[in-house]
Amino acid sequence: MVTLILPRLVDVSAASRRSASVVERNVAALKSVYWLLLLSGFVEPLLYLFSIGVGVGTLVGDLPLPDGRLVSYAAFVAPAMLASSAMTGALAETTFNFFGKMKYMKLYDGVIATPVRPFEIALGELGWAMLRGSAYSAAFLGVMIALDLTTVPRALTALPAAVLVGFAFGALGMALSTFMRSWQDFDLMGSAQFTLFLFSGTFVPAQAYPTLLHWLVEVTPLYRSVHLIRGVALGVDGWSWLLDVLYLLAMMALGLLVASRRMGRLLYR
Amino acid sequence: MKRFGDFTAVDGIDVEVRSGEAFGFLGPNGAGKSSTMRMVGCISPPSGGELRILDLDPVRDGPVIRARLGVCPQLDNLDPELTVRENLTVYARYFGISRRAARERAAELLDFVQLTERADSKVEPLSGGMKRRLTIARALVNEPEIVLLDEPTTGLDPQARHLVWERLFRLKQQGVTLVLTTHYMDEAEQLCDRLVVMDGGRIVAEGSPRALIERHSTREVVELRFAAESQEPFAGKLDGLGERVEVLPDRILLYVADGDAAVAEVATLGLNPANVLVRRSGLEDVFLHLTGRTLVD
Repeated sequence: MVTLILPRLVDVSAASRRSASVVERNVAALKSVYWLLLLSGFVEPLLYLFSIGVGVGTLVGDLPLPDGRLVSYAAFVAPAMLASSAMTGALAETTFNFFGKMKYMKLYDGVIATPVRPFEIALGELGWAMLRGSAYSAAFLGVMIALDLTTVPRALTALPAAVLVGFAFGALGMALSTFMRSWQDFDLMGSAQFTLFLFSGTFVPAQAYPTLLHWLVEVTPLYRSVHLIRGVALGVDGWSWLLDVLYLLAMMALGLLVASRRMGRLLYR
Repeated sequence: MKRFGDFTAVDGIDVEVRSGEAFGFLGPNGAGKSSTMRMVGCISPPSGGELRILDLDPVRDGPVIRARLGVCPQLDNLDPELTVRENLTVYARYFGISRRAARERAAELLDFVQLTERADSKVEPLSGGMKRRLTIARALVNEPEIVLLDEPTTGLDPQARHLVWERLFRLKQQGVTLVLTTHYMDEAEQLCDRLVVMDGGRIVAEGSPRALIERHSTREVVELRFAAESQEPFAGKLDGLGERVEVLPDRILLYVADGDAAVAEVATLGLNPANVLVRRSGLEDVFLHLTGRTLVD
């Protein structure tokens, strides 16, 4: 039994060590210009929160939650901004940057000549993306606490939820990137991302849409993310978050699987 | 064997490289050298046939084998976002080498390829020769048992080529197995104990450089250049001289055992070439004889 399990355990530890080496590479490559980029990812959701959540919110007034409670419009929008910034942060790293590294820098052509395998590269890049995404989320939650849009214990629960959202979108983005032919294809992805951003129950409750559209919105990934984080941040009772978590976990697993398969096919020519 | 769709890049080659030797794959562009190297480097699964590296199966034991190989690919794929030194230390980490050991190893290797002064420079401003040396240094970071070099000196100036050869020769002396591809004959003659000539995905000849020259060429070659529009009319008169007569647009080559004797004979035939050169036969003669003079792209 031990001889059967031990090699696999060793394999897992070696694999995660190799994924970590991919993260390390990114840390080494982190240069000053990059910090500006990092900053922009944090500022963007804040701008939306202040302009729409707080600004337009004064016109909208309070909104009823499904359980009947009334919340301010800013409190309604803020969790959605958190979810979408977790999405954007993860996607930026696993689409543009990942594609550039793979296709133009030919970075992974060098990496696969070492013991590191495509799955480990994918996991490492995703882990790195999430270091960035988590920092955004934590900072944004800090702002939410400061504005009294959530409480500290709820924010502490919302952080892992936001990280999960990032992992799921990061994996999906990486999988999609392996199908991209050129930078032009990313325009399409950008449009899709913006559509999700507008219609995922971010600014308007999904119940406001006609039934068919409502159902369509409910199966999109950003809706599930917004639903999860809003539930946590506003302290909604019930088990409906479980569905969101399962959805996002499945999305992450599928994304990683497809990404590493495709990378294997592209790199091991 | 390696196929890409309908195209067969490597069509059944049979070679065995012994530990500690320097083995070369020679061939024109498109002969299947790089495809072979990628398969040996365990980054390209063979479409058929049997391949064993270090007595292991490249498909099943890829990571284990790659941990013991050093690879210098045809096109440098250094990390442009890292410095020269970081290219080595980060690469070492992919092999699971400790940070401390990676730093020490990087310093040694930078010294070995004479790049210590450029250690903190980015990769991009380096000259072609420097990048090549850095790629070779990177291939050595895990102290590999076998080093695969795909056209290690293509595109380098003579100084850089000689420096690379000298470093590779030192590696060989340290007992590292070298497997290289090249289309430079002098490179093959300098470095390889044994080589195969590939053409169209197949092996057309095999042996040591010396043995190949003996088998496929004569000891000496006489190059005659006649001051005329065409060399062709002179060729007929030279028939029967030496083992083989080859007519090129600008000169005639005589493949003979004794060059000076052949030159004397040419004179007795009453021919008066404008230019005569007697030289030893080289691998280039073998190569061109075996793979033809027509341009392949």
